[in-house]
Amino acid sequence: MNMHSLILRTTGHFLLPLLLLFSVFLLLRGHDEPGGGFIGGLVAAAAILLYLFSMDTESARKVLRVDPRDLLGAGMVLAVISAIPGVFRGQAFFTAQWWEFTAPIFGEMKLSTVLIFDIGVYLVVIGSVLTIMLNLAEAED
Amino acid sequence: MLYAILSTFLVAAFAPTIHRLTGRGSGWVLGLLPAGLFVYFLSFLPAVSSGESIVLAWPWLPGLDIQLSFLVDGLSLLFALLISGIGFFIVTYAGRYLEKDRDLGRFYVILLAFMGSMLGLVLADNLIAMFVFWELTSITSYLLIGYNHENADARKYALQGLFVTVGGGLAMLAGIIMLAMAGGSYEISEILSNGDVVREHALYLPLLFLILLGAFTKSAQVPFHFWLPRAMAAPTPVSAYLHSATMVKAGIYLLARLNPSLGGTDVWFTTLVLVGSVTMFTGVFLAYRSTGVKKVLAYSTVMALGTLTMLIGIGTETALMAAMAFLLAHSLYKGALFMVAGILDHEAGAKDFLQTGGLRSALPVTAAFTILAALSLGGVIPLFGFVAKELMLESVLGAPGLVGILTLLAVLTAILGVAVAAIVGIRPWFGPKVETPKTPQHDAPVAMLAGPAVLASLGLIFGLGPGLADEGLINAAAASVQGAPVDGYLSLWHGLNWPLAISAFSLLAGGVLYWRWEQARRALAWVDRAAEYGPEKGYFKMMDGLVWLSEWQTRVLQNGYLRYYVIVIVVVTAALVGVTAQLFEVGVGSLNFEGLQIHEIAILAVLVASALFAVLTHSRLGAVAALGSLGFTVALVYVLYSAADVGITQVLVETLTVILLVLVLFRLPGFLNLSSTALRLRDAGIALVMGGMITLLILSTVDARLFDSISQYFIDESVPSGYGRNIVNVVLVDFRALDTLGEIFVLALAAIGVYAMLRFRAEDRR
Repeated sequence: MNMHSLILRTTGHFLLPLLLLFSVFLLLRGHDEPGGGFIGGLVAAAAILLYLFSMDTESARKVLRVDPRDLLGAGMVLAVISAIPGVFRGQAFFTAQWWEFTAPIFGEMKLSTVLIFDIGVYLVVIGSVLTIMLNLAEAED
Repeated sequence: MLYAILSTFLVAAFAPTIHRLTGRGSGWVLGLLPAGLFVYFLSFLPAVSSGESIVLAWPWLPGLDIQLSFLVDGLSLLFALLISGIGFFIVTYAGRYLEKDRDLGRFYVILLAFMGSMLGLVLADNLIAMFVFWELTSITSYLLIGYNHENADARKYALQGLFVTVGGGLAMLAGIIMLAMAGGSYEISEILSNGDVVREHALYLPLLFLILLGAFTKSAQVPFHFWLPRAMAAPTPVSAYLHSATMVKAGIYLLARLNPSLGGTDVWFTTLVLVGSVTMFTGVFLAYRSTGVKKVLAYSTVMALGTLTMLIGIGTETALMAAMAFLLAHSLYKGALFMVAGILDHEAGAKDFLQTGGLRSALPVTAAFTILAALSLGGVIPLFGFVAKELMLESVLGAPGLVGILTLLAVLTAILGVAVAAIVGIRPWFGPKVETPKTPQHDAPVAMLAGPAVLASLGLIFGLGPGLADEGLINAAAASVQGAPVDGYLSLWHGLNWPLAISAFSLLAGGVLYWRWEQARRALAWVDRAAEYGPEKGYFKMMDGLVWLSEWQTRVLQNGYLRYYVIVIVVVTAALVGVTAQLFEVGVGSLNFEGLQIHEIAILAVLVASALFAVLTHSRLGAVAALGSLGFTVALVYVLYSAADVGITQVLVETLTVILLVLVLFRLPGFLNLSSTALRLRDAGIALVMGGMITLLILSTVDARLFDSISQYFIDESVPSGYGRNIVNVVLVDFRALDTLGEIFVLALAAIGVYAMLRFRAEDRR
């Protein structure tokens, strides 16, 4: 799957970290502005795929470090875990829990089970897309 | 109560560990659980025998008004005591009987789980909870019957039992839902007090027959009786347990439980009495002409179940007293006799009565208790079986109808019953010594003798002092079956009356039948041939039919051609939508082109042009590009109507789709025209129908507003309850998080599916 294009390869190298950062940005701001786990996950997956096209599947797997199937499992576990804290407070399963506090540099911060859930979605999306795509690309080789 | 039942499942989970730690003594250690439960249930006895019934409830599915509630009254307590009491002997017995079995740990797991399900079934006050436990007993008993899973017969007959009982269970589920509709509650205790309403309800007949189907299959009534003797493929402790106190008695329990609300009608009387009496006679007749130890006992269980059904059907006070007394008597002697069957097999290797004889001196203790239990089976004074049989005959003579036929069947059953008891109680122990496959070295060990000894002795104790059983529980149990207090009482001596005369006569006639057993069996050989056309034949035919049907529909539906899948899905969807629209007379809204802007027209034009190009082009890459342009234009539409999130998602998904297509594209052969014009016209037609249907659907929703839109709620609540300004995201991760969770599971499953498919292909090629 090597496109042998110098331009693509160079831009791929530079765009990968930028796109990944952008995907995290989308994930985190999702609750108030356009974005969220699903979109963030798609962007991150697309970033890895761009790298895959500019290099090859082996280096794409290497840059990912973990097997996409593990991301899949981790994401689902996170999503399910986020549903549980509400139960311990005597509320229904999946009731969102919020903690607001002020951190030294960042100022007002909001943390919540919703964020954990969204991270779960983010990981599942990356995991599924890459599991399919990387294996398809490998079947190609 | 909840913890009592949960504890069985909990201990079941750790049973293999406990077994490993305690080794040979594991039966005794695990026996502590049912023993403890027995004592716990015993603590309810004073309150219950003074006529109280106790309801304990925990919320379960509050949204659906389903709670996990338990009802302790005479009937359920009688069952709970039998289940836990006999359960204790079964567990300790199994510890020795299966001592050398490598899977004993697994056996304990299933046995204890079965015990817990059975307890839940008889104690549940909620119909749904009861049904769940009911099906759990079917599943766990399937595992118990098929315990020797390396034996093909064991697997086959375990499956047979499962199909028959679960099939009946499904019918019962429909029945109990109707019952809850008719009775206005899922709580059994409330339905029971609403008997008149249920009996008058329009659904009474269908719900009655559905519930009866469940009860009859579970309790092996004719014509479903065939699965029970087949379940003998199970190890003996299982048979002893299934037959004495549990599984098959579940149907009887259901009939008795629901008697106050369903009983008392002519249909109830006729159905139960006829099915019950025929089952009773069939059972004892088949028992008499069998020779296998377990088979004889199994068919005599069928007889007992028929008797119980008949008695509940008769429904008079005497009959209900008789039913409860008979239930107790049968549980005691049948548990004992099955354990003896296991001893015969274990010590002498004998599985057939013809292989036995003169074992009295080798197994003296076993012989003594067997004779005691057999006397109770035969209904001989002064055992508890006699008390129960006298009451049974009395209630048959006093039945509100069909007295003639019932008396005839009851007398015949009593005679054959005596003969069967003689086969069990005399044949193996007296007479000339027969060479058994294994020469018994010693009498059975304590763990295996304890059960028969205690259970058979109880039969004698309750026989001599029927008041003990009566005031303790039988009276309260009969009262809960009747739904009103019971005046009757149990006694050993009823004076000189008809039932006593029948008993005396049946003793004599039964003796003769036992004396001529060999000849009678030969004369009855035709039954075997006739049985080949019996209900079991029907069962196998039905199973063959089922297999054929599923093979056929798999061939038709799962044909492996993607295009046919797509055609089926599209046509069915279009047809369903079309028919629904017709039925509900959905109108098509008017089109309004006012205020249409030039850029909107442009977008529309691009959309149509890309779609047309994708269909018409001969270049695959061109088609992919056209589809991409279609997708991006749709994204533009979203952005135009300020759905930013959806727009972004659409763009990203389109990008990934194009990448996906490109990855696959390399693998496809060059463009070829493989389909004929007619075929392509057909496909075009299908596509047009689907497209047209969707268009009409959208047009119809332009004007129609069936419900108030929920979006205003989301808009209002997003910031105050969701703490987020992006409504789409708040809906996704907070308001409808459960839906999203389901979606990501689907996504993950799809990924795993694709992964598996690609891997399989890769391995195939290697």
